[in-house]
Amino acid sequence: MSVQIWTYLFIFLSFGLYIAIALWSKAGSTHDFYVAGGGVKPVVNGMATAADWMSAASFISMAGLISFLGRDGTYYLMGWTGGYVLLALLLAPYLRKFGKFTVPAFIGDRYYSQSARLAAVFCAIVVSFVYVCGQMQGAGIVFSRFLEVDITTGVIIGMAIVFFYAVLGGMKGITYTQVAQYCVLIFAYMVPAVFISLMMTGNPVPQLGFGSELTPEYGGGYLLDRLDGLSETLGFGTYTAGQKSTQDVFFITAALMFGTAGLPHVIIRFFTVPSVRAARVSAGYALVFIAVLYTTAPAIAAFSKTNLMNTVNNAEYTAMPGWFTTWERTGLIAFNDKNSDGRIQYVGDAATNELTVNRDIMVLANPEIARLPNWVVALVAAGALAAALSTAAGLLLVISTSISHDLLKRSLAPHITEKQELTYARIAIFVAVLIAGYFGINPPGFVAEVVAFAFGLAAASFFPAIVLGIFYTRMNRQGAVAGMLSGFTFTAAYIIYFKFISPELSTAQHWWFGISPEGIGTMGTLVNLAVALLVCRFTPAPPQDVQEIVHNIRLPGEHV
Amino acid sequence: MSNTHALSYWKANLRIVGTLLCIWFIISFGCGILLADYLDNFRIGGFKLGFWMAQQGSIYGFVVLIFVYIWQMDRLDRKYQLDQENHAKAEKDAAQEVRS
Repeated sequence: MSVQIWTYLFIFLSFGLYIAIALWSKAGSTHDFYVAGGGVKPVVNGMATAADWMSAASFISMAGLISFLGRDGTYYLMGWTGGYVLLALLLAPYLRKFGKFTVPAFIGDRYYSQSARLAAVFCAIVVSFVYVCGQMQGAGIVFSRFLEVDITTGVIIGMAIVFFYAVLGGMKGITYTQVAQYCVLIFAYMVPAVFISLMMTGNPVPQLGFGSELTPEYGGGYLLDRLDGLSETLGFGTYTAGQKSTQDVFFITAALMFGTAGLPHVIIRFFTVPSVRAARVSAGYALVFIAVLYTTAPAIAAFSKTNLMNTVNNAEYTAMPGWFTTWERTGLIAFNDKNSDGRIQYVGDAATNELTVNRDIMVLANPEIARLPNWVVALVAAGALAAALSTAAGLLLVISTSISHDLLKRSLAPHITEKQELTYARIAIFVAVLIAGYFGINPPGFVAEVVAFAFGLAAASFFPAIVLGIFYTRMNRQGAVAGMLSGFTFTAAYIIYFKFISPELSTAQHWWFGISPEGIGTMGTLVNLAVALLVCRFTPAPPQDVQEIVHNIRLPGEHV
Repeated sequence: MSNTHALSYWKANLRIVGTLLCIWFIISFGCGILLADYLDNFRIGGFKLGFWMAQQGSIYGFVVLIFVYIWQMDRLDRKYQLDQENHAKAEKDAAQEVRS
């Protein structure tokens, strides 16, 4: 069977599964719609959180990014997993005890302020929208490359599926489809990795394989030593050594960690479990499920980089295998024969380098480069779609609850009935799907740039405000609002300046302390903390009932 | 639950969280970034140690940290009789005893 037929088969089967789950788990109340009834088991929630968290970018782009960054790619790996330690130890159990539906609800109640609530609604919606556009775009790309339909059709199919189960089932439908999506995506990610690891090193575990010796066919010797050698010879720099400055890697890692812990679509997953203990346990499970993919990604990065350099460098252009021309057609690989010798020179020096490779190819074309069977190649499409759709659904739910619950029920229209609130939630998700779809079809050029935004802003606004709200009883409205505003403004200004106003100045010598815009969220977090603590000292303590809330969320169980 | 009881529970909680966050910092920012170049002088199999800590070891460490946290908090909750499942059960048993 051809790759296309396999792809259709896998996509058809997986989508059928998602729809069946949606029909089975229809939401009947706002409690179902917002937090899946609040009775989700920790393992189930852990799996759903993992699918929620691992986006199209994690699935399609991350291994490729690491293979081009070498050891510096570490900041994605540690940043996007280490944040779960913060989430588990500093946020999840307490927010679960607080027991409301959304992050703005916590901010609004803890800081006894409608304007803080509205500011949090605004941040949550902006962050989630930025993210969801990327997911829709990812789904469109997969459809267009694997099924050769145009991107518009691809995005519309994706929208229809998400729309169906998110509108019908709310958090309940999303939770159980995410469990299925996790299984699909992890299977699709692991199978090619295991195959390639076996082929190149004889070790079936990719995490061990990339530290093993190559098989004699590949020339023997440790894989990473070979990779270092090849990279150095071709002028790319040593793969296993850092190229970026230590402080920049440090700050980017921290910004991604704080951002991860502050992202509303991840936090709300912990409102769905029955108890404080279950929140702790499900954070543990979530990280286990995430770690499976995140420890495999650097292995894929090393395998595919070695494979790519071995295959293409100094090879005859006309003798290139079939996948090369297929991906050339999509523009992900481009060959420009600068010295007209008919051979491909793939080197680090930009003046003589003849091959440009898009990072996404490391996952998307990896099975073809390694000559794996057709069904494995087709699996990747189903996996990438599962990753994109599961994350999109989680984000759309944040947008919808922020509007129907925090904006309408808690602020503008407190008298609506539960049934009306549920209707508004469904309308909000419907509109959000349409807008996200529009941006998926007509992607604004700045999607890649704004991802730095989403993490930086979540790190500089939500994370410190929530942590202070739990761990510092004395923290008051004035301090928190001033902190969030200054952290948000500082981070946004720095990113806008270097990404949009003067991108040509965005080099290490112009950055403050050598910190790139990706890492500035860490500074924003510190600014937020400093301002909040300072303002708090000179303003009155929060009212007694708010202090009671803080004492109460610190204790698990229903006492006090 | 009395205020002093709650306060000492909270202090014990902070000690656990504080200790684990120190370890979190050492394995990620310490071994994976600040000391990575030095650790690269050692090897495990085909991995240089600093590189392995950065791309593999730290992630395994994070998983272990969360499970140690769950275990420690379970112990603490039991000690202060705040564990929700057992507590609910104990109350139910007590209520049944009163009825019978």
